[in-house]
Amino acid sequence: MTSATTAHSVVEPSATTRRFAGSLVVLYAIITMIPLVWIMLTAFKSPDDAISYPPKVMFKPSLEGFCNLFTTRSRQTPEFIRSLGPPQGLCDSIARSRNMVVAGPSNYVPRFVNSLIIAFGSTVLAVALGTLSAYGFSRFRVPLKDDLLFFILSTRMMPPIAVAIPIYLMYRTIGLSDTRLGMILLYTSVNVSLAVWLLKGFIDEIPREYEEAAMIDGYTRFQAFVKVVLPQATTGIAATAIFCLIFAWNEYAFAVLLTSGNAQTAPPFIPIIIGEGGQDWPAVAAGTTLFLVPIVVFTVLLRKHLLRGITFGAVRK
Amino acid sequence: MNELSASSRITYRAVMVRPGVARRIRGLSDRTLAWLFITPTIVLLLAINIFPLLWTIYLSFTNYRANRANVPTIWLGADWYQSILTDPDIWAAMQVTAHFVIWTVVIETVLGFGLAYLIDKKFRGHGMWTTIILLPMMLSPAVVGNFWTFLYQPQIGLFNYVVAFFTGRAASSFQMLGDVTLSPWAIVIVDAWMWTPYVMLICLAGLRSIPDYIYEAAEVDRASKWRQFWSITLPMALPFIMLAVLFRGIENFKMFDMVNLLTGGGPGSTTEVASITLKRAAFESWRTGYSSAFAIILFVTVFGLANIYVKALNKVKSR
Repeated sequence: MTSATTAHSVVEPSATTRRFAGSLVVLYAIITMIPLVWIMLTAFKSPDDAISYPPKVMFKPSLEGFCNLFTTRSRQTPEFIRSLGPPQGLCDSIARSRNMVVAGPSNYVPRFVNSLIIAFGSTVLAVALGTLSAYGFSRFRVPLKDDLLFFILSTRMMPPIAVAIPIYLMYRTIGLSDTRLGMILLYTSVNVSLAVWLLKGFIDEIPREYEEAAMIDGYTRFQAFVKVVLPQATTGIAATAIFCLIFAWNEYAFAVLLTSGNAQTAPPFIPIIIGEGGQDWPAVAAGTTLFLVPIVVFTVLLRKHLLRGITFGAVRK
Repeated sequence: MNELSASSRITYRAVMVRPGVARRIRGLSDRTLAWLFITPTIVLLLAINIFPLLWTIYLSFTNYRANRANVPTIWLGADWYQSILTDPDIWAAMQVTAHFVIWTVVIETVLGFGLAYLIDKKFRGHGMWTTIILLPMMLSPAVVGNFWTFLYQPQIGLFNYVVAFFTGRAASSFQMLGDVTLSPWAIVIVDAWMWTPYVMLICLAGLRSIPDYIYEAAEVDRASKWRQFWSITLPMALPFIMLAVLFRGIENFKMFDMVNLLTGGGPGSTTEVASITLKRAAFESWRTGYSSAFAIILFVTVFGLANIYVKALNKVKSR
């Protein structure tokens, strides 16, 4: 997003145009942020505030949503609760004020950990495989190169549910259903096609002369790849990794159909957080917020790479 | 590893000998390396994409049911294909999908191009605001779908409150997700909210690719801004716009996660896009053979439409 502006060019928009354009964009940005801000506010509301009408913008912050997200509770009689000792920690005292006691931790943390392991595992694999293949396609004469590249891309056109049917049967047969390894392999196979295409674009841009010079200096082709090409491609590899990570982090269709307990990630888990009498909105909002915050921070910190990756992929394909 | 070091020794020595021989030997080692580099990816894709695809094709000709694996499998030929293509429910699902794809693509393209055009005016702080606008597309569609059900609640939801505030109707007088006429639009709104930034980014890349000198020449020729937009900006950004339309079209044709959480296909089947029909057939009524046939039909449809479209795109590009 660098703006290479030429001084006093006739094509420079006037100050009024800029201000007008700016205010429209800012207006859109604010409107588009409202749902996101709202869900983050809801995470800090008490259940009563969350479902009040008219919707409350000002409210007394509460951590009940987070407590309900991380614990399971059971309803008890006031006599039983009085017979217990003093409440242990904040969540216990909130629960007791609602005639409940904390029964144990919820499944949110294990699901979140699954998300982390599967997302990072598949990203590392996809980027590693993608880098090797992209280099292969970029530098060597591979028979049927265009067909192979198209084949790699076309694997993305299958609707996920269509892929899930045979994968479900296959994993059931070979014992990979509801395992982290199974999900890592599946996400890797989805991501690797994107990785090959993005990285091939990046590696195509690195002049061949660099490697050739290194090889004349006595490097082997493989050494030249590791010591010359990889450092040059770091930006591209980083951008690709971000995309793979975001996909794997956000994926839902495969996760909901192919996992049930062991390997379930956060996206299929968050919607089924329920309290007494329907969805526990502050807890859902808290789970959503914790799940989205890493991506939001990531996007803001790495925006330059992201922008390059998206537009780059578009221009190439 | 042995093979690698052997090939590297050859490469090293090859530099010293005559150029013709050197090229041949190095070509050989490169070939080994090329296959070493490419094979793992191809093997993975064969195992997790192509083998299952072939299996799906096979299953689509049988009566196989995943929940009754012991029942002997009978070859049915093209029976499923025939019954799917003549099934009014399937055509209803295709119409729902078409409504969703067409409206989301139209809205996202208009808004996305508009935003890109405005951002390209490079007002102060445009980088920061662009990043903010991008946020929705980075989020998980399932989680987004889920929290929009909260915003769409008729009694307590923010969306209903805001609409009620501006139109003067009662907030509980309409249900975005429970109403037969409103729910197809409810999913369009969420998708547009989420994916307009994506179209915007691609359009922005297109607008940035137009060199300044063309506008300068137009200024010299005293072409009006209006004329410049229609004769320079739009035609030159068109391949990018078409690309964005292609990507969004394919993605939304496959749409599952967001709609599944927003409406689950309901009320009735008014928002039952093709992927939801497929999921219901495959994982709820366990008609594996039938759903495999439907999956193949969907795949061929996307593939065919995308290919025709790419041909058109290439024509526009070469103009």
